[in-house]
Amino acid sequence: MLLTLTTTHRPATDLGYLLHKHPERLQTFPLSFGEAFVFYPEATEERCTAALLLGVDPVGLVRPKSGGVGMNHQYVNDRPYTVSSFLSVALAQVFGTALAGHCKARPDLVSQPLPLEAGIAVLPSQGGEPLIRRLFEPLGYRVAITGAALDDEFPAWGESPYYTVSLSATVPLQQLLSHLYVLVPVLDNDKHYYVGEDEVAKLLRHGEGWLDRHPERELIAWRYLKRSRRLVTEALTRLAPEDAADDDPPSLNARIPPLHEQRLKAVVETLKNHGVHRVLDLGCGEGRLLQQLLRDPAFTEIVGLDVSHIALEHARDRLHLDRLPSRLQGKMTLLHGSLTYRDRRLEGFDGAALVEVIEHLDPARLPAFERVVFEFARPQVVVLTTPNAEYNRLFPALAAGCMRHSDHRFEWTRQQFAAWAQAVADRFGYAVEIQGLGPEDIDAGAPSQMGVFIQHGR
Amino acid sequence: MVAKIPELSLILLVGASGSGKSSFAREHFLPTEVLSSDACRAMVSDDDANQDATQDAFDILHYIAGKRLARGRLTVIDATNVRPEARRSLIDLARKHHVLITAVVLNLSKEVCLERNARRTDRQLERPIIERQIRQLSSSLSKLRREGIHQVITLSSEEDVAAFRWERQPLWNNRTDESGPFDIIGDVHGCYDELTALIEKLGYAITLADDGSYRVQHPEARKLVFLGDLVDRGPKIAAVLRLVMDAVDSGSAFCVSGNHEWKLVRKLKGRPVTISHGLQETLDQLNQETAEFRRRTLQFLDGLVSHYVFDDGRLVVAHAGLPESMHGRGSAAVREFALYGETTGETDEFGLPIRYNWAADYRGSAVVVYGHTPVPNPEWLNNTINVDTGCVFGGRLTALRYPEKELVDVTALQTYRDPIRPIGFGSTSVLSAQQAHDDVLDIADVSGKRRIQTRLTGTVVVPEENAAAALEVLSRFAADPRWLIYLPPTMSPAETSQQSDTLEHPAEAFAYFRQQGVPEVICEQKHMGSRAVIIVCRDEKAALERFGVAHGDFGIVYTRTGRHFFEDPAVERALVERVRAAAETAGLFIQLKTDWLLMDAEIMPWSLKAQDLIKRQYAAVGRAGQMGLGAANAALARAIERGVPASDLQSKVTAQLQRIERYIQAYRRYVWPVESVDDLKIAPFHLMASEGAVYTDRDHLWHLGQLSKLAAADPGLLYPTPMLRVRVDDPESMAEGVRWWEELTDAGHEGMVVKPLPFVVRNGQGKLVQPAIKVRGREYLRLIYGPDYTAPEHLERLRHRPLSAKRALALREFSLGLEGLHRFVAREPLRRVHECAHAVLALESEPIDPRL
Repeated sequence: MLLTLTTTHRPATDLGYLLHKHPERLQTFPLSFGEAFVFYPEATEERCTAALLLGVDPVGLVRPKSGGVGMNHQYVNDRPYTVSSFLSVALAQVFGTALAGHCKARPDLVSQPLPLEAGIAVLPSQGGEPLIRRLFEPLGYRVAITGAALDDEFPAWGESPYYTVSLSATVPLQQLLSHLYVLVPVLDNDKHYYVGEDEVAKLLRHGEGWLDRHPERELIAWRYLKRSRRLVTEALTRLAPEDAADDDPPSLNARIPPLHEQRLKAVVETLKNHGVHRVLDLGCGEGRLLQQLLRDPAFTEIVGLDVSHIALEHARDRLHLDRLPSRLQGKMTLLHGSLTYRDRRLEGFDGAALVEVIEHLDPARLPAFERVVFEFARPQVVVLTTPNAEYNRLFPALAAGCMRHSDHRFEWTRQQFAAWAQAVADRFGYAVEIQGLGPEDIDAGAPSQMGVFIQHGR
Repeated sequence: MVAKIPELSLILLVGASGSGKSSFAREHFLPTEVLSSDACRAMVSDDDANQDATQDAFDILHYIAGKRLARGRLTVIDATNVRPEARRSLIDLARKHHVLITAVVLNLSKEVCLERNARRTDRQLERPIIERQIRQLSSSLSKLRREGIHQVITLSSEEDVAAFRWERQPLWNNRTDESGPFDIIGDVHGCYDELTALIEKLGYAITLADDGSYRVQHPEARKLVFLGDLVDRGPKIAAVLRLVMDAVDSGSAFCVSGNHEWKLVRKLKGRPVTISHGLQETLDQLNQETAEFRRRTLQFLDGLVSHYVFDDGRLVVAHAGLPESMHGRGSAAVREFALYGETTGETDEFGLPIRYNWAADYRGSAVVVYGHTPVPNPEWLNNTINVDTGCVFGGRLTALRYPEKELVDVTALQTYRDPIRPIGFGSTSVLSAQQAHDDVLDIADVSGKRRIQTRLTGTVVVPEENAAAALEVLSRFAADPRWLIYLPPTMSPAETSQQSDTLEHPAEAFAYFRQQGVPEVICEQKHMGSRAVIIVCRDEKAALERFGVAHGDFGIVYTRTGRHFFEDPAVERALVERVRAAAETAGLFIQLKTDWLLMDAEIMPWSLKAQDLIKRQYAAVGRAGQMGLGAANAALARAIERGVPASDLQSKVTAQLQRIERYIQAYRRYVWPVESVDDLKIAPFHLMASEGAVYTDRDHLWHLGQLSKLAAADPGLLYPTPMLRVRVDDPESMAEGVRWWEELTDAGHEGMVVKPLPFVVRNGQGKLVQPAIKVRGREYLRLIYGPDYTAPEHLERLRHRPLSAKRALALREFSLGLEGLHRFVAREPLRRVHECAHAVLALESEPIDPRL
C-alpha cells in the first residue's frame, strides 16, 4: 500500500524536516503487521514527494498469535495492497511527530498551511466515489479520483471498489495526516483491531478542530467506532453536547422502523384480547416482542424460539435475562429450535406469535412449517404477520421487484396471504381473520398484514 | 429350596431394623444392585441414621431405582419397607417400568431383632421403634399380595435365612436365544385352508402322524410364529387350533395370545363375557370336539404369553404391537397393550375405538411385528410392521419372513365375515406409511449431543453446539430433507511437500498409501468447479414412490451443504432432465435394475456458483494488487533514478507484481459465462447408490467406467473424469503419476485426487484409510494461500500445517455419508437417514483450517 505526500512549498525539501525523514535514504520501520518504508521519488527545491510504502505480511495476518495482529479476514485479501486502518497505525508510528504537530528543526512550519497533495494508490471505498468526495471536499480538498474495472477481461463485472485518489489543499501537514488517519478507515469501513473505549479518545484527538463541524460526523463516528452504538453515542455527545440530547443520534434512531413498533403492539393487543396467557414467540429473533410480552402481567409463561443461536444470545442480552428478578426469569424461556421440525416443547400453549417469520422460509418448506405449528404445537390462537408485497412500491428506497430483506424468500400480496391463511385454517381446524397493519394506502393496502387464527371449539 | 426370582424385578427387602436386611443383601446380590436407605441418608446428610434426611434420602433412592429399572437392571431395596405407604411408591415405580415385584420378608422374632440392635456398635435404635416396626410388619404380611407384589418369600427364622438360595429366572417372553429364521403369520381367525396353503407356500411340510397329530417341518428348520387371534369368526377354528397347538408343542412354532384367545379363555373358565365378534363360532365349533380337546385348548391358550423377544433382542412379536419401554417386561399393562394396543378414548364413525398409532412414536432398534388391526397392505413404519391383512374378511393371510423381511401371502378363498369398518377406510395418501410419517421430522432427532452408529467407524459423536449450528443451516437454507440422503465428506490434502516452490506434490500422496499398505492407487483429475450431489429418478412416479417427494420433481442437484445448487428451479429441472436422459440412453436404469441414481460430481465453471465470491474477493484482490504494486514500483523506480538505494526493495515489489499476475491468471481459468445449461460441464466421479445398492463395494474403475458410459450419452454436458493407475511400490509408475500431475497443473487444472482402487480400505491395524487425498497444483494454491505464498519467506511458515484433525474429520464424514446412504437404501425411516446428513453438516462447523 502506498501513500505519497507532495508539496510545492519552497523549499519543497522542508517536507523532510516536517516528516522527520531524510530525503536521500530508504528508511525501514518494523511494525507489528509487517514493515514500513519511507523514500522520496522526487526531492527538489520546487517539488518534493515522500512515499510511505507498507509491506503487510499476508501470512502473519492470518496466523494470529499472542500480541500479534489477530484479523478475522479471508485468507486471500486486499490488505497488503490497499490503505486501511493499517495506514493509520503506520502514520502514528512512522510519522508520529508530524501527526502530533511537532517539528524540532522547523517549528515554524508546523502550523503553516502548505500546498500539499496526498496520493493514495489504492483507496477502498465502501460508498464509492461519492463518499470519498463527501468526506474530503467539506474539508477543503480538491479531489481527483480514478476508478478501475474489477477485471479487464470481464468488463461485465463492472467497477472495483478501489480508487486512485489525489487530495490537494493548502493545509498544515498535521491536519492532512489527521484527516487521513481518521477518514481512510472510515472509507474502508473496517478495522483490523478491537475497537474499545480508547478509540473514542483517538477519534476526538485526531478529529479536533474539524470533526465537530464535518457534515458527515455521524457516519464518520459510526464507521470509525465499528458500529458500536454505545461508543458512537459517547463520541457524539462529547463532540457536540447540545446535539446529542436524545439517547440515540437521529440517524441511528431512524434505524428502528416505527412500523415494527406498531406491528408488535398490535400482536400483543390481539393476544391479550383473546385471553392468551401462555404464549410462544416463534422466530423471536433478538427479542423485541419478548420484551413487550415480559412487561405485560397478562402473560404468565413466555417461550421464545429461534433457529439462530446468535439471535438468542442477543435476545438474552436485550432482556437482561440473567439480571431479572427470579419471578420474571421464571416466566421466560428461550429455546433454540426450528419451525420445520416437530417440537414437543411447543405443545399445549394458549397462543403463538409469528411476527415476520414465514417469509424467511423456502416455499417448499411451508407444508412442514404448517404442520409443525398448526397440527403439532397447535396453540389455540396463532397471530401471524408478514409483509404486504403490494405496499413495496410505496417504499422509495426499494427498487421495483425487490423484497424488503435479502433473506426474504417471498413476499405475498393480500390476496396470496388470504388464500394461504384460509387454506391452512381449513386444513387444521381454525377460523382466520386478516387485517392490515400500519397506515393504509387506498390501492396498496397496509404495509404489513396480520392473520389471527382461532382454533375451532375454543 | 432355591427361590426363583424373575431376572428383571424390583426386590423389596421387608423387615424391622436388626432383622439382618443389609447382611442378607450383601450376601445374595451385587453391591450395585442394592439401594440402601441408610446409604442414601448418608449421601445427603453425612449421617446414615439421620431421620430428618429421610425424605431427601428416599427421593434419591427412587430416582436411582427408576433409572436402573428403565435400563432393565434388577434392583434390591434395602429399607424396612414395613409400612404400606413406603411400599406403595416403590410398587408404583415398578409398575411404571413394567417390572415384576418380589418381596423377601425377613420375619424374625422380636428377640432376635432387639438382641442384634443391642449388639450394634455404630448406632442403636430405641426399643419402642423396633417394636413398632415389628408390629407393622406382622400386620403387613397378609396384605403384600393384594398390594400388587407378585411374589412373596417369607423367611421366618435364622435357619430359613441361612438356607436361602435363589436363582435368576428369565421371563417367559425372553426367547432372545431363539434366532429363527422365522415366518411370522398374522391373524388367522379360523381360516384353516388359507393357513395350510400359506405354510406350504413358505416351504413347510405338513404331515399327519400316526397318533393323529400334525407335524409341521421346514427343511431349513425355520419356525412359525403366530401373532394370536387364531380363533373366532372363521370356518375351521378347531382345525387351526389343532395345527398350531401341535406345531408349538413339537417345538416348530411359537404363538402369542391375541385378544380373542384371552376372551375365549375367560369364557371357557366360566367367567361372564359378552358373546360377540365371532366368539359364537368358536364355541359352536369347540362343542363338536371332544372334552379332552377343549381341555387341551384351554390349557394351551391360558398358557400363551403376550409377547416374545427373539434373536438377541432384535425381534419382538406381539398381537397388537408393543412400545420399546415394554419389550421384555412383564406387567399387567404390558399384557394389556400387547393384546389390545392403545386407544385414544374416542370412537370413529363406525363406533369402533380409534387406535393410537404407537408405531409412529416407535424409535427402537428391535423389529416389531404385529397384527390385530386389518390393513390393506403391510407397510413398514419405524421398524414395525402390521401383517394382519384381514383374511377372514376376504383379504389375505400374510407372513413376514425374518430376517429376510420378505412378505409372503395367500388370498382368502372367500369372505367369511364383513368388517364393521372397511379395511383401509379413510387412507387416501399417495405416500407410504413411512413417508407420510416422515413428512415432518422431529427436532429431538437432530438436537443435543448426537451419537450416530456407523457401520464403518462405530459411533460418531457430534457436540451439541455443532448440532445446533447445523440445525440452523438446514432450516434456513437446505433443500427438502427427503432428498438429502447423502452429504459428501471433506477431503484432506497430501502431507506438505518439502520441495522448494510448492506445498503439495504427488510423492506424499503415494507415500501415504504405501504406508497404509495400499499397493495401487487411482489418480483422478480434480475438477475446479463446485461439488454437487445429483439425484435423478426415472420419472416423477419413482420420485414419489422412493423419495416421497410429491411436488412433481424427479431429481435434484444440491451442494455439499445441502442447498439447491441452482437458484432457478427451471435450470435445475433442465439439468436433471439431461442427466436422466443420458442415464436412459446409457442403459444405467436397466443395467442396475433401478429407477433412481445418486452421483457425486463437480459442476463447472467455478464462476457459476462462486461468481460473487470471485468478484468480491479474488478479482478485487487481483485488481488492488495490480494497482498498489504498480504504483509502488513506479515510485521506487523514480527514487532509484535519483540515487536512493532501493533496488532490493524494488525487486521484491517486482516479484510481487509478477505473482499477482499469475494469481489473476489462476482464477480466470475457472471463469466462463453461463447463459444456459449448454454452457455447463458436469464431471461425475462416483456413482454412489441406486435402488437396493450402495456402490462402495465396487472399485473406482467400476465407478468411472459406469460414468464414462453416462458421459458418452451426452458429451456436450457430461465430462468423463481422466484418470491414471499408479503402483505406489513402483518408482517408474509413480514418476509417470508425477508427470501426469505436472501436465494437468501446467495446463491450468486444479490438480488430482489420489484414491485407493477399492472404495473402502482398511490398513493392517483395521483402521480406515483415507478414501481420497488431494494434490493441488502450485498455481491453483495461490487462490487458497494468497498470491505471494510461493515467496520463500512465506512458504517456510506455511509448511507447518497439521493435517490430523482434517483427516479424522474426513473419515468421520465419509462414514456418516455412507451410513446415511445405506440406511436410505435399506428403507429406514427418514430421521435415521437425516441424522447422518445433519451430522456431516454439524462436523463441518468444526474449526479446521479451511485452506486444507
